[in-house]
Amino acid sequence: MIRLEKVNKSYRMGKGALHVLKDLSLEVEAGELVSIMGSSGSGKSTLLNILGLLDGYDNGSYHLEGELMRGLSERQAAHYRNRCIGFVFQSFNLISFKNAIENVALPLYYQKVPRRRRNRIALEYLERVGLRDWAEHLPSEMSGGQKQRVAIARALIGKPKLILADEPTGALDTETSYQLMELLREINHSGITILVVTHEHDIAARTDRTIRLRDGVVVEA
Amino acid sequence: MFNIDLWQEIYGTVRRNKLRTFLTALAVAWGIFMLVVLLAAGKGLRNGIEYQFRDDAVNSIWIWPGKTSVAWGGNPIGRQIQLTNDDFEAIKRLPGVEHITGRVYLWDEGTVRRGDKRSAFDIRSVHPAHRFLEKTLITRGRYIDDIDIEQRRKVAVIGDEVRDFLFKKGEDPIAQWITIAGLEYQVVGVFQDEGGQGERRKIFIPISTAQMAYGGAQGGSNRVNQIMLTVGKADLETSQQLEARILKLLAEKHRFSPEDKRALRINNNLEEYGEVSMIFTILELFVWVVGFLTIMAGIVGVSNIMLIAVRERTREIGIRKSFGATPGSILRMITLEALVLTAVSGYLGLAAGIGLIELVTSFLPEIEFFRDPQVDMRIAIMATVLLVVSGTLAGFFPAWRAARINPIEALRDE
Repeated sequence: MIRLEKVNKSYRMGKGALHVLKDLSLEVEAGELVSIMGSSGSGKSTLLNILGLLDGYDNGSYHLEGELMRGLSERQAAHYRNRCIGFVFQSFNLISFKNAIENVALPLYYQKVPRRRRNRIALEYLERVGLRDWAEHLPSEMSGGQKQRVAIARALIGKPKLILADEPTGALDTETSYQLMELLREINHSGITILVVTHEHDIAARTDRTIRLRDGVVVEA
Repeated sequence: MFNIDLWQEIYGTVRRNKLRTFLTALAVAWGIFMLVVLLAAGKGLRNGIEYQFRDDAVNSIWIWPGKTSVAWGGNPIGRQIQLTNDDFEAIKRLPGVEHITGRVYLWDEGTVRRGDKRSAFDIRSVHPAHRFLEKTLITRGRYIDDIDIEQRRKVAVIGDEVRDFLFKKGEDPIAQWITIAGLEYQVVGVFQDEGGQGERRKIFIPISTAQMAYGGAQGGSNRVNQIMLTVGKADLETSQQLEARILKLLAEKHRFSPEDKRALRINNNLEEYGEVSMIFTILELFVWVVGFLTIMAGIVGVSNIMLIAVRERTREIGIRKSFGATPGSILRMITLEALVLTAVSGYLGLAAGIGLIELVTSFLPEIEFFRDPQVDMRIAIMATVLLVVSGTLAGFFPAWRAARINPIEALRDE
């Protein structure tokens, strides 16, 4: 599903450069539920951004489903993000002036699905995450856990092969966090590969495999 | 662009961001509204002044004799200057004179009678060319002509209100006799005048007839009380030269000082019109400057709000991009949103401005110097287009930047 080989990434910091990922290689099979752990500054967010085609890399290679992801134009990257990848963020990143159903339907808007149909599909997905009754509510009227479930419905609606979750439980209490991990596991059982970036051990423990990063290299896979 | 989904997306955004929408709309609508109202007010003033001058030829020079105030050539102060037919003929021969007429005043002899109807009207004894000086419009018959002058005919041209008073409805006044100051005159023409009621209550008779009939008692049968002439298409400078030449001519003939302002009053309407016209040209220019600045303020306001709006939406743009929005789609969405918003509010401002003007026009009482405010639609529409284009550009550039921003950076934006 994911194959990274000797990927390097550095950020320019003033005159010098910050070398964040150093010859990083890793592989994730289709259908896995994997966590990526590491302290802050270990490069885990950078890694996730590269995997999610939100950011490029300097050299090495990244294959997603056997296709080389390199030197993509903005348009191509947008297309892959739309069709292959679903994102879940720590701060939910819901559009504040859109209600739950409109937020969930957003990826379908960019797939040019007509409004009526995409709202119907969005409602199905909201039902799957148990928020059918909240369809018309704005994000500001929902709890953190509810917002994250809306975000998950949004990540799923485009029928991605891969879900990338960046600290999805970071803003949630423990019980809600565990419920959310249950939800992710269910989704994983339906055949979708999930990568969860976290720095919490108990969250990592709820995944099948943990990849540990330290200073831009994999120390345990 | 004609994708219904995109329009719905824009509608959704505009509807959910009421304050922002309102402020942008206000900046545009207010700018256009003010411009329209200002231009209309300027036009109203211009129309007002032109209305004031509509009655008389603006290219005319009026000459009245007065009393000397300076001793000159052995003559004492306080001598009454008397213009005569000779003066009239001498001025008529000067180059640059287009139409010329004299006038003789009839003191207290304005009673007009026909049958048992009797009233006082303003009687004016004139030359044929007087018609051009007062812009008299003949509606029936003819005006005074040269033969009338030559033969001192007792003919009269009457205003339509005079006709309405003296004649029955539908009765033809032409060739009918009326009594003016004790003498019988035959009506040869009926006229109208844009000068309003006062002008249409006048009766014109030949100047030579008046000089003969009423002049004797008032200092001679060749006396002229006033001379008026037009200068054709001459510019102000040429008309002032002619004015100087007339002054020199009359000063020599009547032996008064050419410096003596009291001996002869010469009123150059072109000068006066030019001055008033200049004031209004300056006023119009001022209106334009204010209007332009209003539009500029509108542009700055719209640009500012658009800039803030896009800035505020950086995170939203990041979210959209991470779920598959291409830079082009972001650009299209924000630019079109700016276009729709400015176009709709520009149109509303235009409509409100025009509405106000229509309202004012319909309730406007007769005011001197302000009439019939109008908006030049071409200018108003051009200003609206200008504002819409600048509003759209003001949305386009930050949108263009935002569309290219890295989604992670956009998502980090708080």
